Amino acid sequence: MTNGHSPSESGTNLDPWYDLYADRTAGLSASEVRALFAVASRPEVVSLAGGMPFVSALPTELVGGAFAKVMRDEGPQALQYGSGQGIPQLREHILEIMALEGIRASVDDVVVTTGSQHALELVTKLFINPGDVVLAEGPSYVTAMVVFKSFQAEVEHVMMDDHGLIPDALRQRIAEVKAQGRTIKFLYTIPSFSNPAGVTLTWERRLEILEICRANDILVLEDDPYGLLYFDSPPPQAMRSVEEEGVIYLGTFSKTLAPGFRVGWALAPHAIREKLILANEAAVLSPSSFSQYMITEYLNTADWRGQIDTFRGIYRERRDAMLSALDEYLPQLSWTVPNGGFYIWATLPDHLDSKAMLPRAVRELVAYTPGTAFYADGSGRNNMRLSFCYPTPEFIREGIRRLSVVINGELDLLRTFSQTSPLRTVTPARDAKLGIVSPPSNLA
Amino acid sequence: MNEYSPTSVVVLAGGISHERDVSLRSGRRVADSLRQHGISVELRDPDASLLSYLTTTRPDVVWPALHGASGEDGALRGLLDFIGIPFVGSTSGAARLAWDKPTAKVLVSRAGIATPRSISLSRDAFRELGAQSVLDSLTDELPIPLVVKPAQGGSAQGVTLVDDRSALPRAMVDAYTYCDTALVEQKIVGTEIAVGIIDTGDGPVALPAVEIQPLSGVFSFEARYNAGETRFYTPARLDPAIAARAAEVALLAHTTLGLRHLSRVDLIVDASGTPWFLEANVLPGLTETSLLPLALEAAGHDLGWVYSALAEAAIRGD
Repeated sequence: MTNGHSPSESGTNLDPWYDLYADRTAGLSASEVRALFAVASRPEVVSLAGGMPFVSALPTELVGGAFAKVMRDEGPQALQYGSGQGIPQLREHILEIMALEGIRASVDDVVVTTGSQHALELVTKLFINPGDVVLAEGPSYVTAMVVFKSFQAEVEHVMMDDHGLIPDALRQRIAEVKAQGRTIKFLYTIPSFSNPAGVTLTWERRLEILEICRANDILVLEDDPYGLLYFDSPPPQAMRSVEEEGVIYLGTFSKTLAPGFRVGWALAPHAIREKLILANEAAVLSPSSFSQYMITEYLNTADWRGQIDTFRGIYRERRDAMLSALDEYLPQLSWTVPNGGFYIWATLPDHLDSKAMLPRAVRELVAYTPGTAFYADGSGRNNMRLSFCYPTPEFIREGIRRLSVVINGELDLLRTFSQTSPLRTVTPARDAKLGIVSPPSNLA
Repeated sequence: MNEYSPTSVVVLAGGISHERDVSLRSGRRVADSLRQHGISVELRDPDASLLSYLTTTRPDVVWPALHGASGEDGALRGLLDFIGIPFVGSTSGAARLAWDKPTAKVLVSRAGIATPRSISLSRDAFRELGAQSVLDSLTDELPIPLVVKPAQGGSAQGVTLVDDRSALPRAMVDAYTYCDTALVEQKIVGTEIAVGIIDTGDGPVALPAVEIQPLSGVFSFEARYNAGETRFYTPARLDPAIAARAAEVALLAHTTLGLRHLSRVDLIVDASGTPWFLEANVLPGLTETSLLPLALEAAGHDLGWVYSALAEAAIRGD
């Protein structure tokens, strides 16, 4: 133990426990980028950064009514500890919800968790030893990677395109990792309206990827928070709908109801489910009984399918507003066109660095998430995730306009410095700090 | 208690500057310390309702814990003056002088304080004169290593230590993302120290210097706000005569810039014992890992007492 608050000849580092932290805490630290996000909470700032569902679209009387009924009819149970697997009534409803994506399962195989984020952590805890490999889309969900890293997994990205994960790239990456003698434990994927890319894995690829994983004894961790939030047509059925033994499916009420309840679930093969329940009990004893009863009551009495339709309409309008604004203000960028979910993945001219540019964005009162957050290997410098779920269409339009000021300012700055030697680098290097490979075509 | 003891204090924290997060931490710490001292505190994030709130409620004193532009460039302080509400810290004019690092360096240099050779360069200067030409001229005169920083701002945001000529363009770009003027300064090798100054009415007093030794070698944002990443020595491990000289320099910088109530002066003491002025902070960090609270505690002060005494000084108009 190093000395703490008592100044002495050996000084103080202000943390007496610094030398005692587990290795897995490396990376759990304050950062300049994280500090900048604090500004995004101010009303003056148009935040295209966070993935907050638009819960204001949820009629408060529905929630209020559920609260009153739960307290009247089931108060003692709702305020009590529950089981580590979750209440049966809710798990029955979860089967009904999953059936919308083609999944048939037993209520016994559903484990209710504290948001699907906790299910993600529990699965990782069950399977990952330090140094094990997790395969993930590139880019992938930032907080999943935080979980993987906290269990000292090594994340290996697999390329994706507008149709999702590329099967050949998966085969290649598996071969590479195996040739290195490393152990792959699972493939983590968000196949429908992925976070952050917004793209959807085609049905043919879903089948092919399942086959690849089956052949290589790799478990699939299918994370499906957005599948019901489609705009024009439903995504293909869940991967779990055709593969029971090789898939752990994660679902959540955070996007189709509200994240404040913190209720999600895992649907797992029998043997894994038993361990998940025990791990869940070890971590939290039981997921919130109160939230589970509230959601059960909501699902019993409210038109929840209609509410999901309402959310779809709202998010569709916001996606359209963002696409239209991007067309108008930022034609020099390219971006994905999601058919559901919350996010657009934008690609900047090669030499722009979205992370380095963030302070300028904050000055212009707009926030986004830099692309590097979604890679474990430092890639994504010329990408950014733009969320359209929370701001109104008017704010989205204004945010993209501000973003155009930021990007044009940065292009002007780089144009100024394009004559200096580091900017003459000829080797494309997306992950180089400057990120500048040559004068962009629109500057030449 | 006396006639100047504050009964109602508004602590301002947050704002929309790059340092919002740090400011919120500072503000909470100040508010907690004052409350523990028995004072009623309202912690507010400044917004469009602030001025009408202050004119309506007329608190005894405002305690700005706002870092970055909104708190340190003098604007808010000027408005508080206009509406006649006492506030802790430097006046608007003094804050503006200290906030702009190149201006502060010129002023303290005229007072005889050593400060590293430097040049401040606007974005437009590079645009007009050509980046390559400007960088060549710059490195001809200022040898590597250099420190590049935004001309305004704190918490080491946008600051780069350049020890390779090829890294200079990127460092300039990084500084310009925070501010349209960058300060390029010769890196002085030596002991990095921070000297806190407080004045509760009896004149400015230098606190024991805090010596800073970041594990990474650079006192970056991460080194500042992650406990454990930097080792602090209070008082600094300096020869007593040199420590006394550093305290004199810090006090001289504080008075030269016309600062009031509190400040933190950052210095580097070179091998010959000369303290070099880097910058003065009108509203130094007051978080759990900040230097001024560390110095106050090392000097045996109770934070609540000091923050309250500063509020009294503001009410008295000291």
